[in-house]
Amino acid sequence: MSSSAAVAVNELVVRRGEHRVLDGITFDASAGDFVAVIGPNGAGKTTLIKALLGLVSCDRGSVRVFGTPPPETDPDLVGYVPQIKTLDRSFPARAADLVLTGLRHRWPFYTTTTEQVRAEEALERVGAGALADRALSTLSGGELQRVYLARSLIRTPRLLVLDEPATGVDAAGATDVYGLLEDYQAAHQATIVMVTHDWNAAYHHATHALLIDAQQISFGPPPEALDERCLRKAFGHIGHAHAMLHTVPPHD
Amino acid sequence: MIEVLQLPFMQRALLAGVLVGGLASYYGVFVVQRRLSFLGIGLSHAAFGGVALGLLLGTNPMWTALPFTVVVALGIDAVTQRGAVSGDTAIGVFFSVAIALGVVFLALKDTYTADAFAYLFGSILGVRPVDLWIIGGITVGTLAVVPLWGRWAYATFDRDLAQADGVPVRRDDALFSVFLAVTIVAAVKIVGIVLVAAFLVIPAAAARLTTSTFHTMTMVAVILGIATAVGGLAGSYALDIPSGATIVLTQAVVFFGAFLLRGGERG
Repeated sequence: MSSSAAVAVNELVVRRGEHRVLDGITFDASAGDFVAVIGPNGAGKTTLIKALLGLVSCDRGSVRVFGTPPPETDPDLVGYVPQIKTLDRSFPARAADLVLTGLRHRWPFYTTTTEQVRAEEALERVGAGALADRALSTLSGGELQRVYLARSLIRTPRLLVLDEPATGVDAAGATDVYGLLEDYQAAHQATIVMVTHDWNAAYHHATHALLIDAQQISFGPPPEALDERCLRKAFGHIGHAHAMLHTVPPHD
Repeated sequence: MIEVLQLPFMQRALLAGVLVGGLASYYGVFVVQRRLSFLGIGLSHAAFGGVALGLLLGTNPMWTALPFTVVVALGIDAVTQRGAVSGDTAIGVFFSVAIALGVVFLALKDTYTADAFAYLFGSILGVRPVDLWIIGGITVGTLAVVPLWGRWAYATFDRDLAQADGVPVRRDDALFSVFLAVTIVAAVKIVGIVLVAAFLVIPAAAARLTTSTFHTMTMVAVILGIATAVGGLAGSYALDIPSGATIVLTQAVVFFGAFLLRGGERG
């Protein structure tokens, strides 16, 4: 485990009551790495994300983000894109308000012109410039995802943590999201940790895959970490996504 | 109408109504957006236990209701944070215990206490100078925590997002509970236990219907809370009907007005 690692997780155990939600997870990720976290429902993927963000505490083992335990990590180093299904749609807000929380670390009471411009620029970078003054409650899943992405990127984080960013987004939209992530990563040498259900995307976009089902099944370059034996162990069966792995041409 | 304002009890009523109307509406926007109406109802009923304790001890019931309700609020907060039971269950347990204690306190007092009923339905015209000092203190305290609006709003929108961004959400929640509890006790004096929830919920809900950002919702709610207190008090004087209830009915008129207004533009 190198000291320069953006993320270093060692033998992490998180319990809920007697149940081990995460049981012995070990991996690390450095600048330029793109780690796809994959596993069946209830595998602890979101809990792992929460451990990286300092939202749950570890019962054993350790989590270090840029060398510090997550609750003490400078929030400016980390951009977080939550699952959009957790959004409270009744909350009165414009898209730009949410984007600006990425700069302010507070909900904005007033917005200066400079801030409004920065929010609009951040939205434009993710192809959502027109959304700045739209009410959050009127946005589609794909649009919201872009607003959250703009919010996380406005602070130019060195680590991006995403929880199922492509869920509820159509295939073309998902491709765009991966394109945006790769562009950002290329420009800033950032680290990406992303929970996804999409094995195919993991296979083609990630540098590493972390396959978990409470316990760690594999970690490594996707062709090895997502081989048939590992996937069968995690999911019990493979279904047709496995067939797709072989039919889609390798990413160039 | 103007000369009635020369009367000291009317001046105190107006000042108390304006301050409590504004305070309750300010905390009400968080109560409404966090879906904590039941906490408002629970804490106002819990205040009954504190009021009864004051009557038993023969002191101003405000002095006992304030710490009593704060303790109940922190108890609900602590039990909920542990995650063992859900928030509404914790509220249900604490508020029935507080009421049961209140009933016991009243029974222990050997003389009949009509005073307890004043707290069930409020007595804005019976606000004493000491009550005003208490309400003034709560107002000053609230002004001191107004800078936390951005953190509270952030955690109201998404607790995890705020916490991941370094907001101390647990400490903020506890502080919010304390301020909510003391505001509710002040409102109990004015509108009474059974109608306090209206002060918290109705102006904020009306504001929610007419605004599209959280900061305008906050400002509109506070303005409505103050305006309906003044309007309700004037109406109750003009029509010679109970003040607390008239303020609540005034709030309700504003709410349904906002609802109808909004219904026209919304599909």
